[in-house]
Amino acid sequence: MDDQVSVQSATGVDLTLRIAGPGSRSYAFLIDWHIRLLLGGAWLLLAGFVLKLSLTLRSQDALLSLLPAAIIYFLYHPILEVAMRGRTPGKRMAGLVLVSRGGGTPGTAALLIRNIFRLIDALPAFYAVGLVACFVTANRVRIGDMAAGTLLVIDDTAAGKSLSRLETIAAGSPLRLDALELVDQVLERWPALESRARLQIACSLLARIEPDSDPAHLSALNDVELHARLAASLGRRDSGPGQGSASA
Amino acid sequence: MPDNADMRAWIVARASTWRGIVQSVAELRRQRRASVEEALGAVEAYRGLARDLATSRRLAPDSRTTAALESLYAQLHALISRRPRGGAAALLDLLRTDIPRAFHRLRPHIAGMACLMAASALAGWWIITAFPGLITLIAGEAMIEHVERGHLWTEGLVNIVPSSILSVNILANNIAVSVLAFCAGIFLGLGTLYLVALNGLMLGGIFAFVHQHGLATALFTFIIAHGPVELSVICVSGAAGVALGESIAHPASGTRRDSFQACAHQTAPLLLLCAALLVGCGFIEGFVSPDPRFPLASRITIGVCYWLVMWALMTGRLLAKPAPAHGSS
Repeated sequence: MDDQVSVQSATGVDLTLRIAGPGSRSYAFLIDWHIRLLLGGAWLLLAGFVLKLSLTLRSQDALLSLLPAAIIYFLYHPILEVAMRGRTPGKRMAGLVLVSRGGGTPGTAALLIRNIFRLIDALPAFYAVGLVACFVTANRVRIGDMAAGTLLVIDDTAAGKSLSRLETIAAGSPLRLDALELVDQVLERWPALESRARLQIACSLLARIEPDSDPAHLSALNDVELHARLAASLGRRDSGPGQGSASA
Repeated sequence: MPDNADMRAWIVARASTWRGIVQSVAELRRQRRASVEEALGAVEAYRGLARDLATSRRLAPDSRTTAALESLYAQLHALISRRPRGGAAALLDLLRTDIPRAFHRLRPHIAGMACLMAASALAGWWIITAFPGLITLIAGEAMIEHVERGHLWTEGLVNIVPSSILSVNILANNIAVSVLAFCAGIFLGLGTLYLVALNGLMLGGIFAFVHQHGLATALFTFIIAHGPVELSVICVSGAAGVALGESIAHPASGTRRDSFQACAHQTAPLLLLCAALLVGCGFIEGFVSPDPRFPLASRITIGVCYWLVMWALMTGRLLAKPAPAHGSS
């Protein structure tokens, strides 16, 4: 199954959209589900304990105590998707965004249609229909997306940061662009890598970009020294492995 | 990879432009409205970015530079193809154009659904008249007990539940039924047919049951204020659902998916109006229908007037544009 979709644009240069899989989709949904559950629950606690309203369905207070909680829980997705133009807090945290099949921001009608079909996607329980649809459809969409003509794609907001870092390192390093990007990526992920793995990666990278260096000498270097050598190959002053990409 | 120094020089030369685009994308995403200058600037940046992306794809197809430019290009594309928020004008357009168009298109389906509901109501009436014991299949125990004691289950309802709460419960339930009737159309229309027929069957069956206990007039008095619009809305939602099923079974143009999407977009405005009308029905059912102070005449007036408002909204006559004056120079 293809994880990318090419969309024609007015400039003649096609747009490439990276489709979110069922995993990222479920991750975003779970975050949103927790948020709406917590918000709804928080309102109930506020209504019951602070405002001293009755929480029974047949009381006069139910309009103030139960209705807002129900609205938060059931209308969270349609309201936020329309207000945030295809995003929700969960989608934002998962790095996803809804777009139309043409790559544009979906309209209000499309977003409402998408949410109406949750009724079918949620059948019989735990969004089983929607999840199965995501596995079997071409663009990994659920039925609501098919009806609305929307796609859930990866929204790489870090692209800007990555471009500005490239400018800095491209100006200061004599390395080839591919090697330069590789070193930059390793330094960016340095704090997240396991100690042994990063030592191995750093040694083999340094051996590639500095062919004259002695392999025995490289393998004798410690974590901090290897980080400093890699940072130096990008032509920048090293600020220590702990800060990783922040040093750029 | 082409000449390394050229590529790096190109990145350094273009980087300030990209930085500017990143900033303006972040700002435009935050803003609800953009000025003409900002919009034109974004279009210009989009063109420039397209050229840079094409260059980067050719020179370094698998690089991070290309990936980052792809991402920025997609963000800018989504921004510049963003529709303006319509506000009141969009709502008026929806009521004047989209809803009447969808209604006009669905007229044969709506007539079909009305016939189905009427036929299943008659069938329900006949079944309960012929086999009274079957009422347990369509009515609850408490409801049957009430009727057998000579009272409608709706009597004294406002004394048990406040009207406002009753209204919200009813309208939420009605909207859910209406939306389900529409969505069930995805099962080639069969789900919708089942739901509409079931509603008709229950209506006819319950009427037959209360008629056997001499309460048919009382039930008629209860439902006449909200019933006409409520039942009509179920027929309209059902018609939209059947059209949805039809679009999948017999796609008019393109693929089944395109046809399904086009049909959902065409019929959705009508569903929005149905939901709004059901809110009104909920309030009538909560405040007027169970209140014995409203005489039959006023209930009929409310029911008929509300139905006429529904008809005028669906046909677009309520908010039609005034015809241009003829003969003026």
